[in-house]
Amino acid sequence: MPHWLQLMIDSLPTLLWAGVKFTIPLTLLSFVLGLSLGLVTAVARLFGPWPVSAIARFYVWIIRGTPLLVQLFVIFYGLPSVGILLDAFTAALIGFTLNVGAYTSEIIRAAISSVPKGQWEAAYSTGMNWRQAMRRTILPQASRVSVPPLSNTFISLVKDTSLAAAITVPELFQSAQRIVATTYEPLILYIEAAIIYLALSSILSHLQSRLEFRFARYGGMLEANR
Amino acid sequence: MIELSHIEKRFGDAVILKDISLSFPEGSVSALVGPSGGGKSTLLRCINLLEQPTAGSVRIGAESVDFAPGRKAPWQSIQKVRSQTGMVFQNFQLFPHRTAIENVMEGLLVVQKWSREKARARAMELLTKVGMEHKADAWPANLSGGQQQRVAIARALAPSPKVLLCDEPTSALDPELSAEVVDVLGTLAKEGTTMVMATHDLRLASQVANLVVFLEAGQVVEIGSAEQVFRNPVHERTRQFVSSINAAQTFSA
Ligand SMILES: Nc1ncnc2c1ncn2[C@@H]1O[C@H](COP(=O)(O)OP(=O)(O)OP(=O)(O)O)[C@@H](O)[C@H]1O
Ligand SMILES: [Mg+2]
Repeated sequence: MPHWLQLMIDSLPTLLWAGVKFTIPLTLLSFVLGLSLGLVTAVARLFGPWPVSAIARFYVWIIRGTPLLVQLFVIFYGLPSVGILLDAFTAALIGFTLNVGAYTSEIIRAAISSVPKGQWEAAYSTGMNWRQAMRRTILPQASRVSVPPLSNTFISLVKDTSLAAAITVPELFQSAQRIVATTYEPLILYIEAAIIYLALSSILSHLQSRLEFRFARYGGMLEANR
Repeated sequence: MIELSHIEKRFGDAVILKDISLSFPEGSVSALVGPSGGGKSTLLRCINLLEQPTAGSVRIGAESVDFAPGRKAPWQSIQKVRSQTGMVFQNFQLFPHRTAIENVMEGLLVVQKWSREKARARAMELLTKVGMEHKADAWPANLSGGQQQRVAIARALAPSPKVLLCDEPTSALDPELSAEVVDVLGTLAKEGTTMVMATHDLRLASQVANLVVFLEAGQVVEIGSAEQVFRNPVHERTRQFVSSINAAQTFSA
């Protein structure tokens, strides 16, 4: 067996374990939390009274306008100077959640606005109140159009979690770095890490197509696009 | 019984409805006709309060709300009045993510909190009434315009409203498809459903309505039976309008 293959096989369990223990939980948790934050932010911007919508806009402005790596450093290395000490995983989780929240809020806001006004009126006419109309009529239709851009965010997130290595989270990429430090084989180990990220994003892309297919049935798209 | 008293509606400085008082008896079918921009849709939407009048009051059965400038009407009373109505839109506005029968069940499940079986039975009964039972499980996108509008009528009727409001229910349909919708509305009218509809469709107005209200520039110009308004209008303006649409459509009474 060639040396490089042997090395890849030997290091695979360590890398996969780091992925299972840190990369995947960090991705899933910050996506779910970030998506909820994004929904609240989108609703605040669209329907909130002006101070609320201004706060939401300010939050999105800060997060989108500054580098993610810098945000992580502020949270992990910066906040201790004002007495806020977080362990690395929590700091990363907060950073990624805030990030996902800002980006998805824009996607959700656009998706909600894309539902025709007539759908609100139809919902109100069947007697629904604002909450019921939102939950039963508007959000399901908004979800459908937001699947592709939200999947983009999700896939970017999987890859971005590698930035957590810089604030000492022992995730996939950091494990690769550690093995490189003892084996001096950067090319092999980093390519191996890249392949694992590629596999994770490919699984997500596949889930995205499945979801789009499910949504397509009600749009008559299965018929119309043939 | 529906009573509108001294309804005024402004959008900014523009006065769209001027001091309109009308009453529609139970079981009556009324057609709002008149030139484009006359305020037909706005008046209809003031009945179910999708648009809130600037001033005046709306009463449906035992529920009523008063409006006055600078005062917010309580949403509970708005909700109560609205729940007495069902609305049919020009472009159907079915919920695209629900099948035909789910569209009809939606209000029963979410608002009336009925059980699924009970809602389904009621929805099936209504779909049968509008001749759509064979398409109960179809998605709206796979239905013709006429079929979508018939499902929309069933949806509007689901909670047994006191009045069915229709805003140009046939004008997005070609003559053949609009005939099926006119038939359904005609049957409902015979069964005593109270209806108010805005329409440019003379066939619909003359076949189904027993009361015609001619509305222009936010005011009621003439009001009378279909026969009277279409055949012997009192006002010169109504005469002109009727002959202009007669020229465009063949009058069939
Ligand atoms: N939301 C709104 N904001 C401002 N103006 C409005 C609004 N809705 C309606 N209008 C105005 O009110 C007037 C009456 O409109 P409405 O839609 O009630 O007329 P209509 O009789 O239904 O006309 P059509 O036959 O074309 O449907 C029009 O001049 C319209 O521009
Ligand atoms: Mg109109």
